[in-house]
Amino acid sequence: MNRIENAFKNKPIFMPYFPLGYPDLDTSIDVIEALAQNGADLIEVGLSFSDPLADGPVIQKATQVALEKGITIKKSLAAVAELRKRGVTIPFILMGYFNPMLAYGLEKFVHDAREAGADGFIIPDLPLEEAGEFQTLVGDLPLIQMLAPTSPNARMESIARHAKGFIYLVSVTGVTGARTTISDGLGDLINRVREHAKQSVPVCVGFGIGTPEQARQVGVLADGVIVGSACVKTIGESQDPIEAARKFAKNFRDALR
Amino acid sequence: MKTTLFPTKFGTYGGQFVPETLMPALIELERAFVGAQKDPDFRREYEGLLASFVGRPTPLTYAKRLSEKLGGAQIYLKREDLAHTGAHKINNALGQALLVKRMGKKRVVAETGAGQHGVASATAAALLGLDCVVYMGVVDIARQEPNVFRMKLLGAEVRPVISGTQTLKDAINEAIRDWVTNVSDTHYLLGSALGPHPYPTIVREFQSVIGIEAREQMLRDVGRLPDAVIACVGGGSNAIGVFSGFVDDELVELIGVEAGGSGIASGKHAVRFGDATKARVGVIHGTRTYVLQDEDGQIAETHSISAGLDYAAVGPEHAMLRDNERAFYTSATDEEALSAFQTLCHIEGIIPALESSHAVAEVIKRAPTMRKDQVILVNLSGRGDKDLNTVIKELGTL
Repeated sequence: MNRIENAFKNKPIFMPYFPLGYPDLDTSIDVIEALAQNGADLIEVGLSFSDPLADGPVIQKATQVALEKGITIKKSLAAVAELRKRGVTIPFILMGYFNPMLAYGLEKFVHDAREAGADGFIIPDLPLEEAGEFQTLVGDLPLIQMLAPTSPNARMESIARHAKGFIYLVSVTGVTGARTTISDGLGDLINRVREHAKQSVPVCVGFGIGTPEQARQVGVLADGVIVGSACVKTIGESQDPIEAARKFAKNFRDALR
Repeated sequence: MKTTLFPTKFGTYGGQFVPETLMPALIELERAFVGAQKDPDFRREYEGLLASFVGRPTPLTYAKRLSEKLGGAQIYLKREDLAHTGAHKINNALGQALLVKRMGKKRVVAETGAGQHGVASATAAALLGLDCVVYMGVVDIARQEPNVFRMKLLGAEVRPVISGTQTLKDAINEAIRDWVTNVSDTHYLLGSALGPHPYPTIVREFQSVIGIEAREQMLRDVGRLPDAVIACVGGGSNAIGVFSGFVDDELVELIGVEAGGSGIASGKHAVRFGDATKARVGVIHGTRTYVLQDEDGQIAETHSISAGLDYAAVGPEHAMLRDNERAFYTSATDEEALSAFQTLCHIEGIIPALESSHAVAEVIKRAPTMRKDQVILVNLSGRGDKDLNTVIKELGTL
């Protein structure tokens, strides 16, 4: 059983996002370690890009800080390797935009990511239509497929056929960022995905989930809950980011139990 | 998975590198476009507006004194500066706004650099009764103030963009973020031959009227095709529009002029095709093309005196035309463009946009090397009233 399948043994799972290099590289490594040790089941490890068009203001700002402090793909992969050296065993999914990976060299990127201990990839600007070359390169490492409220049923079916690891369901149309309420139609949307994505892979929901209570509501419906902007904001604004990460993970973990 | 009606790529360039949320909207847009192209009523309405509202066909002007001064090729200007709103951008804005009506959407968002596309979008939206929001970097708002006021007068909301480099690239990011949020009732009225398929094709088709008219006018008024067609290239919509009329005429040389800024060596420019150290094939704003970037794949800051050319990527069809050597790309610096701007003002009585002045700068370099019986067609993509503040700042009080 690989690390991702293993992570889904106890559902719903808690999947925070945090970008490497924010507020600085060393702190981000400690933060991710703290998230892992305090209840995260899988971590989306953010790779920064100058033009993150699927992200809202919180993640834009954090990744811009990371870039200003000198984060690169190379340093990010070294940080993943460092986390493995520290004994963190939960799956890491690298989340980033396509251009920095292209610039690094796709084949080298996939190779080095695997060596560093990454378990898969999320690339928001690489829809199925453009994913062919990358899909071939990654082999058994999943390129996580995304579905959106706008995806028609037939499209859900064909995307789900390619799904490995889990399906990332975008809960609302829009960019990343916490919303005040969970959309009323989420239950119907998840049902529609389960009906048309006739696959055994788990369905995780992201975009707009900001509080443990919202995570609890979504966790009733989905196999996993992805929390990005709220995690970045809470930890980034704290005087003690590591302690904030511990608390953040515990709170969400408790809400999902 | 084949979901599109026609190829999404130009050779290896182009494509649809967008979040899943937007894919259905791109598929819907392509269907609407293909349907509209086949619908005589749509064509009649579009062409009718081009004539009665935009003032097409725009004239072809013989630049007699400029030709004499340079002493070489005869120079003809395709006068897109005389189109309503003062630039070629209206051709595409109106076409897309009609598609929006066809798709039953009520709201458009647009990006703008120089403000010309923003003004064109606001105008088309006013004409057709659509809500319009224009995203514009605060750096560009400062240097194109008259256009900001025009957009507001036309009923559009101008939203200043303070993220990133605060120029065109960031305005596109914000427009896409708005679009992805409001995609059910909103169309992204993209202004250049850029972005994900089908935009580069749609924009080329709506701008091809420039090339179709220019070719007819050359044959009718001059009795021959030009030896060279010259246009400035930011994203590349005016260039692809005029090139498309001549691309099958193999003897006609096609020349695109990028923004050389302070010179390629200075690093402050927007020359995607001429800077081997910073420009590589990459993916930005949904398309695979030549992109100015650093070695880690972060999009580079660009510089040009003209906001409309100040962008890190070039339209994917231009990338193909460059690779297969059907078109040739060069650049003009800020200084060369300013000098060309003044020359055209003084000896032809035409105030060109700073963008178009880059094309004129190439004419000034090239015409003297050509024979007097040769002909250059230059696409004068816009007028320069919007640039007076910039020019006054650069040249002082004259």
